[in-house]
Amino acid sequence: MAFIDYYKILEVDKTVTEAEIKKAYRKMARKYHPDLNPNDKEAEKKFKEINEANEVLSHAENRKKYDEYGENWQHAEQYESAKQQQQYQRSSQGGGFGGFGGGGDYSDFFESMFGGGSARGGRRTSQYKGEDISAELHLDLKDVYTTNKRTLTINGKNIRLTIPAGVENGQQIKISGQGGEGINGGPKGDLYLTFTIENHTNFKRDKNNLYSTVPVDLYSAILGGEVTAATFDGKVKLTVKPGTQNGTKVKLKGKGFPIYKKEGEFGDLYITYQIEIPTNLSEKEKELFAELAKLKNS
Amino acid sequence: MNIENLIPVTALCTYYKVEMPFFGHLNEMGLIEIQIIEEIQYIHPDALYEIEKMIRMHQELAVNIEGIDVVFNLLQKIDALQNELIAVKNRLRLYES
Repeated sequence: MAFIDYYKILEVDKTVTEAEIKKAYRKMARKYHPDLNPNDKEAEKKFKEINEANEVLSHAENRKKYDEYGENWQHAEQYESAKQQQQYQRSSQGGGFGGFGGGGDYSDFFESMFGGGSARGGRRTSQYKGEDISAELHLDLKDVYTTNKRTLTINGKNIRLTIPAGVENGQQIKISGQGGEGINGGPKGDLYLTFTIENHTNFKRDKNNLYSTVPVDLYSAILGGEVTAATFDGKVKLTVKPGTQNGTKVKLKGKGFPIYKKEGEFGDLYITYQIEIPTNLSEKEKELFAELAKLKNS
Repeated sequence: MNIENLIPVTALCTYYKVEMPFFGHLNEMGLIEIQIIEEIQYIHPDALYEIEKMIRMHQELAVNIEGIDVVFNLLQKIDALQNELIAVKNRLRLYES
């Protein structure tokens, strides 16, 4: 457990007044407040640090204790014993930012000096929202083709969840009230779930559209014919027009991926024909191709 | 929506220790929508998450209503850009795989 320089965190001198501390704190809080830095873990960490620094430095008694024992924090316990009769009451007086777990999420150093709760003595107890939790859920593309229910275990809690079909890779959803417990009766935090969708299929996905390549034999491409193409939920027969070129694209409307939270609506499937040139020709085939070439050039 | 599913603004004032005019100003700025039923002001519960954010900005960061409006516009832009970034990354995967 290392000593934490709260003055350095707030970027102030040790000689600053209480008003200057408040000013420095507000300035930094505006920069790092989680509401202004969504999904930014670094900002959240920094915000907790400045919150903790403010808890200590903005209260005269705690600041005095910190200044006296700060670097020798191991002696703080003795200090506490000596002051036991003062019945130090650890409850918040307000003024600290606790909305994101900052109210109860202090460093080991802080807890060693001031205990687990807020460092402020006071009459009124503030309610704090519990900590927001972030989690990542890995799913296969096939899993998100249909809406499905899952039970996740996060921080020892079982959470039943409905995952709507069509969820995107990297998409984040908020599940209210499934984060950390509130403090002093405050509301629970939220769970932020980010989806990582792995694709092990032959389809490529771009939002709601799917893309695939279907081989077409040379003769069907020249003379016309039929090919069977796979869609996400089965197979379809496609008519190949005579004289189809390599790279020709066909669109199968409504055969793409489900549209997120729009039940029964689907994107499109784009199929690219890949004309297969025959290899390992027999002598007879070579002769016939040569004859065709002659005909073409004559 | 049934009236029992709406939240009276007075209840929010008590819970969050905010004065009534604060919600009135947010409504005037178009940041929230107050419904008036039989002369009582209500908020839709879906708006609560954003309202809590606005209250935190006001109380904890001393941001005024105009400032909240600016911040919310910028946050919406960030949100749109983040969604676009996800879409672009996913599209890039099409060519990388």
